[in-house]
Amino acid sequence: MSNKIWQSFGERNQTAKHQADAQNEFKEDLPFETGGSLLDAKTPRRDFLKYLGFSTAAAALAASCDTPVKKAIPFVNKPEIITPGVAEYYATTYIQDGDVQSLVARVRDGRPIKLDANEESAIHRCGSSARAQAAVLDLYDTARIKFPGSIVEGEVKEISSLQAFDKKIADELAALGGKPVAILTSTLTSPTSLKLIQEFTAKFPGSYHVMHDAVSYSGQILANEISYGRKALPSYHFNKAKVIVSLSADFLGTWLSPTEFSFQYAEGRKLSDKNEMSRHYQFESILSMTGSNADLRYTHRPSEAGKVALALYNAVATGSATGVADAKLKAGLEAAAKDLKAAQGAALVVSGSNDVNIQVVVNAINEAIGANGTTINWAYTSNFRQAIDSQIDKLVEGMNAGAIGALFIVDSNPAYTYHNAEKFKAGLAKTKLTISFNTRLDETTELCKYVIPDNHFLESWGDAEAKSGFYSFIQPTIHPLFKTRQWQDSLLIWGSGKAAVVATAVSDSTSTTTSGVATVVSNGGDYVNYLKAYWLQRLGSNEAWDNALRSGVINADANIFAAATHNAGAVTGAISALQASKVSTSDFEVFVYEKVGIGSGSQASNPWLQEMPDPISKATWDNYFIISAAAAKEQLGIDITNNGQVDAYEADTMKPVIKVTVNGKELELPVLIIPGIQKNTLGVALGYGRSKKVGVAVDGVGKNAYVFQSSKNGAVTNFADVSKFEKTSIRYEVAQTQTHMTYTDSLNYKRVEVVKETTLATYKKHPEMFVWAHQDLQHHYTKTGDFRNEGSLYDPKLNDRPGIHWGMSVDLNSCNGCGACVVACNAENNIPVVGKREVARGHDMHWLRIDRYFVTDDKNPDDVNGVVYMPMMCQHCDNAPCENVCPVAATNHSSEGLNQMTYNRCIGTRYCANNCPYKVRRFNWADYTGADSFKDNQKGSISDVTMEMNDDLTRMVLNPDVTVRSRGVIEKCSFCVQRLQDAKLTAKKENRPLEDKDLHMACGSACASGCIVFGNVNDKNSKISKVRRENPNRLYYSLDMIHVLPNVNYLAKLRNTSDNDVDPAIDAEKAMRDKLHAATAH
Amino acid sequence: MNKRYSSKNLLITLLTLVICAFTQVHAQDGKALFNANCASCHKIDDDLTGPALRGMRERWGDDKLLHLWIKNWSAAVATGSEYAKKMSESRPAVMNTFGSLTDEQISAIIDYVETAPAKKAPEAGGSNAGAPVEKDDNNLLFAIITLTMAVLAIVMLTVNGSLRRLQEAKDGVPSKPILAIYKNKTYIGIFAVLCLVLFGFFLSKGAVDLGRQKGYMPEQPIFYSHKVHAGINQINCLYCHGGAEEGKHANIPSVNICMNCHMAINEYKGEQLYTAEGKEVNGTAEIQKLYAAAGFTHGQAWDPSKAKPIEWVKIHSLPDHVYFNHSQHVVAGKVQCQTCHGEIQKMDEVEQFADLSMGWCVNCHRTTKVQFYDSATGAGNKFYSIYEKFHEDLKSGKLDSVTVETIGGTDCQKCHY
Repeated sequence: MSNKIWQSFGERNQTAKHQADAQNEFKEDLPFETGGSLLDAKTPRRDFLKYLGFSTAAAALAASCDTPVKKAIPFVNKPEIITPGVAEYYATTYIQDGDVQSLVARVRDGRPIKLDANEESAIHRCGSSARAQAAVLDLYDTARIKFPGSIVEGEVKEISSLQAFDKKIADELAALGGKPVAILTSTLTSPTSLKLIQEFTAKFPGSYHVMHDAVSYSGQILANEISYGRKALPSYHFNKAKVIVSLSADFLGTWLSPTEFSFQYAEGRKLSDKNEMSRHYQFESILSMTGSNADLRYTHRPSEAGKVALALYNAVATGSATGVADAKLKAGLEAAAKDLKAAQGAALVVSGSNDVNIQVVVNAINEAIGANGTTINWAYTSNFRQAIDSQIDKLVEGMNAGAIGALFIVDSNPAYTYHNAEKFKAGLAKTKLTISFNTRLDETTELCKYVIPDNHFLESWGDAEAKSGFYSFIQPTIHPLFKTRQWQDSLLIWGSGKAAVVATAVSDSTSTTTSGVATVVSNGGDYVNYLKAYWLQRLGSNEAWDNALRSGVINADANIFAAATHNAGAVTGAISALQASKVSTSDFEVFVYEKVGIGSGSQASNPWLQEMPDPISKATWDNYFIISAAAAKEQLGIDITNNGQVDAYEADTMKPVIKVTVNGKELELPVLIIPGIQKNTLGVALGYGRSKKVGVAVDGVGKNAYVFQSSKNGAVTNFADVSKFEKTSIRYEVAQTQTHMTYTDSLNYKRVEVVKETTLATYKKHPEMFVWAHQDLQHHYTKTGDFRNEGSLYDPKLNDRPGIHWGMSVDLNSCNGCGACVVACNAENNIPVVGKREVARGHDMHWLRIDRYFVTDDKNPDDVNGVVYMPMMCQHCDNAPCENVCPVAATNHSSEGLNQMTYNRCIGTRYCANNCPYKVRRFNWADYTGADSFKDNQKGSISDVTMEMNDDLTRMVLNPDVTVRSRGVIEKCSFCVQRLQDAKLTAKKENRPLEDKDLHMACGSACASGCIVFGNVNDKNSKISKVRRENPNRLYYSLDMIHVLPNVNYLAKLRNTSDNDVDPAIDAEKAMRDKLHAATAH
Repeated sequence: MNKRYSSKNLLITLLTLVICAFTQVHAQDGKALFNANCASCHKIDDDLTGPALRGMRERWGDDKLLHLWIKNWSAAVATGSEYAKKMSESRPAVMNTFGSLTDEQISAIIDYVETAPAKKAPEAGGSNAGAPVEKDDNNLLFAIITLTMAVLAIVMLTVNGSLRRLQEAKDGVPSKPILAIYKNKTYIGIFAVLCLVLFGFFLSKGAVDLGRQKGYMPEQPIFYSHKVHAGINQINCLYCHGGAEEGKHANIPSVNICMNCHMAINEYKGEQLYTAEGKEVNGTAEIQKLYAAAGFTHGQAWDPSKAKPIEWVKIHSLPDHVYFNHSQHVVAGKVQCQTCHGEIQKMDEVEQFADLSMGWCVNCHRTTKVQFYDSATGAGNKFYSIYEKFHEDLKSGKLDSVTVETIGGTDCQKCHY
């Protein structure tokens, strides 16, 4: 077995196109006109002179104008805690679809601009998801509904005042004639809201509350009821597990509480002093992000999931994985079972299936391996998903039967996400009063009768109980931007029957809070009092309430573990059901999955998330079918081992489109070839194909794959047989980023200078294997071994960093590729959204990208042994090649080791980008952020979504401490220099040396895995110094041999495969080195 | 014996000297501390926002309680003292807390207040209000000399040409016809080059100066005199521009800060004010303008919700691509306001003192010394302890001082990001 490391098929095969691309920084040729007479050119010399004359005249005219008079208008009565130009921080909570993340919002001059993890939360002390990071942009979305109204022909017709609206609703409610009210929400974690709904429904006899999750966990909840008598989800502790087996659960990307699990998982992935780490098996059909991080990965057909679970159960019980045919899969299951049993009490099996029987069997396995009470904790239940599929089915039946008087819809969109959306729509039409509280005119809202938009969570009051006993609070960080009202306020008002209270000053409760607690008051009033009363009763005092708001969380004791009583008898029924289940034999099965960025699609209108490349496919802005290399060869005739065909497929952004029919429903989508997918599986992501009324960003983006879901035995299934698979002659553009930033690979095309990875067994046998390359360099190019100073032509004094020397370390072993850092970087550094067309032609602007490398078998690309994610940003080389070639010294080095970019000096030659070995410099091909433009004069030259990002409302998200770049300048990662400057200033003001606690990089703070460490290398006590000191064997610098002296180091990736899986190539290299060493010693 | 006696003598003398010096510092400190901390709300003999202070020691009776009141008035009320309670209820404006003042400092302030000379009649018109001093300007002289020389040169050249032509005529060599200056290609050429050079010079100078406005002195909506406030009345700059200590903006004070004092001060009694053009200004009328904006009627309680913001004209503007932080300079760098803003305490109307160009910034960064922490005196900032190498160089004499530039103060990304 020999491994190959590669990013694109072209690279794998070293095709002609790939080699040409690797030579060029920019994908396109410059628009030089050649041939013909000069005067025939599009812009001949005469035109040039005309423009020159005009611009000189214009400049002269502009210069003769007076400088405009600027006004400085101070506050009338300055609030004590607000100082213009100084940021305020408020603890708040991101809530969406049942996801709960405690955050701290940075508020500058009254507008929230950045969300970071709340370190006081015990659920995960650091990190947040990409979606939570992007949520601040949703606040400033122009597509939000701006006032309450009635919906006429799919448009909102404003109702003049909230009072008038309340009056209308009161009349309608009175006229229901005793029919019940149904309140449909997504999973609701707020204890006060649940109480409030209960009180409301009690006032309307027969009324009830229904929860509906776009992606259902109903099977698992019901299975827990069967196995443990608990209709809930437990807490998981991946950090306590030495062996993790995941059956199609994408727990690092999308399953249940991925940020929490990433935080826990990383603990086991950081190499301990004894060179130990957890072992992770993944059995799945597509290549999920979690699967890509697994040490050992096996594939099976989607319909085979039941058999796989059963075989694992058997293997744990008897040692033999009976019931699966594939020999490799069987061996994998048996190995997993053996490891699980060996790690009794420190092992965990999770399954992403919605099938009750599978989950019951998984519970039985967990019982057998001692997970119950250790890695699965029933002391605290997870509240992230609570919906039971049958509830909404019953509601839809009721609606269609005309039995429902009124339907209130909160943060839920069944017309888009329900598996039988047409039936839901029909039921909606038969319901007399339908009111949506959704914030956008989505697929469901446009069919309702009334809409009263909810506030964004950053404008709201609230609470959330992520896990039982773990509370997180929401306080407004900004006054509501539009005429919106929290839905809880509406329920309180409608339930009480009294008139609306509008924009009343809220009771003194808020104004007397101590500093650090919001004094901004939402316009409602009723709910905040309700909330406060509830918590005062629970907490006992005003002070405790203020404290809870200030810290944002109330934590339970995380050290308590409890098991639930397992009912072993229930498993026999589940086993026989699984035994009776049939594995499909069709050519293809479709498997619907969630993408890490878009998820269920509720935040799909967020441009940052749309432009965040998917971890696996590196595609932006679309969904598509994913297919294995083997199936591509058979069904599409694209052989990725054939160079000509690879160049034709990969270099062309226009991908072939296929038409797939499932259960009589068709989807026409482009197809992407992803190695490592099961051969008979077609994957397609949910969350796309939204109505364009929810935002410009979703206009024409992908298709809705919820239509492929169906209900089987009352549970939603995420796979189905493909009845028809047709090729079409259509081609469709997919904007993938991975081939853009190719950098040269010279040594045997093995990428060992850039990516270093091996198996844990190899590393244990040859711990110094990653250092060999550096030792060679020292040996060949230095006399004393001082590679840094001796390896250069330049004066070593240039390398002096007298005070601070910034450095970053990225642990490839714990990076799981989730992309939260990418979005955090966008938000912090005002990075523009460029739109799909621009991404497709290589104009993406991300300062931080995550390079994805497949490690596959030499011969069979579908045999994926591992995937390495490598966050790549400016390496701040101390001997930077970009600096030497800038003709205007716009990029140069700071005394602290930063590679500085001075925008106002840059003239846009792009020499630096050409000379950057890491390809991390980005060029502003257009004025993406509207820095220098008049309103609307860029229409047509930049994409619609970029135009939208330039709207005055959307621009409120910009960070005022970072320059907004205009057209024609290069930009790149600055190591968040604005935060570094701020950190130093804080230390100076406090008259003390700089400490680690001052430094918060946008990327590092967003990382739940804690794989990015940053700090002052000169300080021997800093975290970065410690990491570098303690990991001498895994530490390496990318492209070390070109002596650019990066300030970013990486820690090599290890895969904990079997205990004796030593790479023979490394053995051979070691032998050769020993021989060479012996020869030179003589 | 003799030796011992003398050393003892020396010791006593030294001690006396030190004590004398200390007392002197003490008295001066009292005045400075009063001006910095108290003067914005209190006068010695008159009521201002706060009451007149003379005799407070006697009124309070208890020095300890008085100190506590000054540090944190609510704590003094909490002790249950009747007088403190009475004081806390006596005025609409709440007194600030001064937790950072030490007991010695408070004693110094009280000593100063109790012993300060009684109020004097206002001094006669200041002598410094005279005509502006003319700058030395030799440009005109140089221009005249250059012009004279140029004319002389041309005359000489012409004379020389005429003489040569005469000689040639004498020698019988045919001479070229005399051309008028405007037809002579040499002259035209020289003239053209000269024009181009001059044009280029002024164009680039003009371009460089675009947006710079040194000397900018716009008319403000209210004739607010920094001279009256910061100069004559010695109000600390940071009382109004507190942002300079906290963040990037110094901030124009909000109306409620003006009203802190002007609720009590409703007329101007100082010397006559003049605009830059020499027009007389009625100070009391200007205070009325403030009242109009604040929605305040003298003698009635002020309701801040009725106030309207005052649209001051911004004078100091930096380009968007520069990051400037006031607190960095004021708190960390201990730079005086006047270094960049000129003698603001002498300006009736504020004028932009520096051109705020990059060259001007960088020059200061090159010359300003960094205050390394000195454990002996306790002065300087401990942040700089990380520059071990420079500390050693200073000790060994390799360096005589460390400037802002030495520690990277002229790196691009110290200001541009």
